[in-house]
Amino acid sequence: MSALSVQGLSKSFRSYRQEWHRIAGWFGLPIKPAKEVHVLRDLSFSIEPGSAVGIVGENGAGKSTLLKIITGTLQPSSGSFHVEGRVAAILELGMGFNGDLTGRENVVNTASMMGIGSEELAGLMPAIADFADIGPYFDQPMRTYSSGMQMRVAFAVATARRPEILIVDEALSVGDAFFQHKSFSCIREFQQSGTTLLLVSHDRASIVTLCDRVLLLSDGRVLMDGPPQDVMDLYNALIAKKEGYDVKQVSMGGGRVQTTSGTGEASIASVLLLDEAGQALETVSVGQELVLSIEAAIHQDLPELVVGYMIKDRLGQPIFGTNTYHLQRVVTPKAGETIRYRFGFPANLGIGNYSIAVSLHRGDEHVAGNYEWRDLAYVFTVVNPSHSPFIGTSWLPPQLEVSRVG
Amino acid sequence: MLGLLRSLWSFRAYVASSILSDFKTRFVRSRMGFAWVVINPLAQVCIYAFILSGLMASRIQGIENRFGYAIYLLAGLLAWNLFSEIVDRLMKVFINNANVIKKVRFPRIVLPVIVVGTALINNAALFVVMCVLFALFGYPLTPEILLVIPAALLVSAFAACVGLVLGVLNVFIRDIEQIVPILLQVVFWFTPIVYPPNIIPERFRGLLELSPVYHLVDVYHRLIVYAEPVPWASIAYVVVLVLILAPLALFLFRRASPEMVDVL
Repeated sequence: MSALSVQGLSKSFRSYRQEWHRIAGWFGLPIKPAKEVHVLRDLSFSIEPGSAVGIVGENGAGKSTLLKIITGTLQPSSGSFHVEGRVAAILELGMGFNGDLTGRENVVNTASMMGIGSEELAGLMPAIADFADIGPYFDQPMRTYSSGMQMRVAFAVATARRPEILIVDEALSVGDAFFQHKSFSCIREFQQSGTTLLLVSHDRASIVTLCDRVLLLSDGRVLMDGPPQDVMDLYNALIAKKEGYDVKQVSMGGGRVQTTSGTGEASIASVLLLDEAGQALETVSVGQELVLSIEAAIHQDLPELVVGYMIKDRLGQPIFGTNTYHLQRVVTPKAGETIRYRFGFPANLGIGNYSIAVSLHRGDEHVAGNYEWRDLAYVFTVVNPSHSPFIGTSWLPPQLEVSRVG
Repeated sequence: MLGLLRSLWSFRAYVASSILSDFKTRFVRSRMGFAWVVINPLAQVCIYAFILSGLMASRIQGIENRFGYAIYLLAGLLAWNLFSEIVDRLMKVFINNANVIKKVRFPRIVLPVIVVGTALINNAALFVVMCVLFALFGYPLTPEILLVIPAALLVSAFAACVGLVLGVLNVFIRDIEQIVPILLQVVFWFTPIVYPPNIIPERFRGLLELSPVYHLVDVYHRLIVYAEPVPWASIAYVVVLVLILAPLALFLFRRASPEMVDVL
């Protein structure tokens, strides 16, 4: 039994030459709309209970429309969806709060709109006030609130009862770091009790940390449906594609997908992670001296070539990245050349899986003039056979002194 | 229809808390608060009474009291204010609540119900003040005056039908919001509220008879001013209109609901 199933869902916004044409349509007169904008096109997917699904896509891809339909504020033009259990939604900012009422009064209004009875609310109110944690502001008119404070109250009401499906649209990015942390752990707790999460965000970090599956929407269709990092890589590449780059995806086995994009004047011929003896590595020991060897094949004369790399952790969060622009070794290559770069560094990393993304580009950023950009160009694992145990992604070995001073 | 009533019932807590917060928000930032609900119509009465009483006093027949004109005015305005407040606020109800409609899922039919509820409470306050004024004028209050309560429900029902139709249309055609206040002015002056019906020329009488607002105001006049028996014909006429308009309003509301959020 899935928590949410969507079948052939479409939504179009109709506009008419004259508004009375629309009204005549209600009475059965066959008048065609002058313009129909399709926002969602024949969307189908289903979501298992307890999973966390991110929805990403460019502005106008249909993310918010989809969430509004599932929430029930918008009606689909065709198709159907089925939701198992109670839905709570935090769409955009606030919950339609009234600025002249206090936080508490707004909570009463919103809660009764969500169908929470007054007795039940009385029991929930202390927890809501406590979760919002805005102190005396809770009894002040809401117009005096900052957007972050409104968000806190909105989140506190929406999650007052554990919903079967929690929908969050781009809202968590408003709060401060402390509240974000708090709402994340609340979401995780719900998830463990079986709540399904639907999250729209442009923030890679919250998608990758919270979600176990991501839908990439483009032009009202599902372009990709898969594990967060792979989808996010394609999403980032798609943004780059807007500038005329070629995007391709290669399945790497183990369910991972490598995304390559770029204009193609130069390409990545090889990427290797070597030890001091020049042996390619898949397993690296903490602190080991490494050489990242990157070969670039040049297909036409280029004004400048910058090679960059980024080491990412298991969740795709950047650990370290630099390029030859910042290292001041920009070259001007000719067609037909192959150029080898050797970056030497110690593996001051914590145990875990890492990936290296490589890019060939012009200027100090890979977004402008991207010749080739390859995610997951190299994957390696860090183990700790020889040093004292530690946690985290960085190896920062301390010099320890302990002395009795009193 | 049954579903509509059921969803209304399950959202009764929201209706109640919304009516309450409507009063709060309207008056929270004014010092006189709730008093404004009655000060406004009373000021209207004072203005008309001051300007027109000399002109009208002799024409109001059937009341002995020297405040006869004021009594006549109050009775008419009690009906008119209820009607015009409901129509005016229902016309804008969906647009003003766009923020909530777009973000939270709830049965939208509660919004008009909240408006009618608020208007009835405002009107009840005016009714109480009116009774106090009558006592001050030395005008005898009879128990029959309580018949105004069912009359008020009829006014609300008719106004709700008109208002709901306008409210739905206004979401799509915003000109409605500009036209309706003008029409309300026309209807106000075409209805014998500040003047007695007998000054209307004979040739317009037939037209006046068609106006449901005239019949409603007339019911109030007969009940409050003249202590005459209930004019059943007038009541039947309005009831029939309500029975025709109500299904139309609900049909429009039903049909417009899916598209309403699209354009809000």
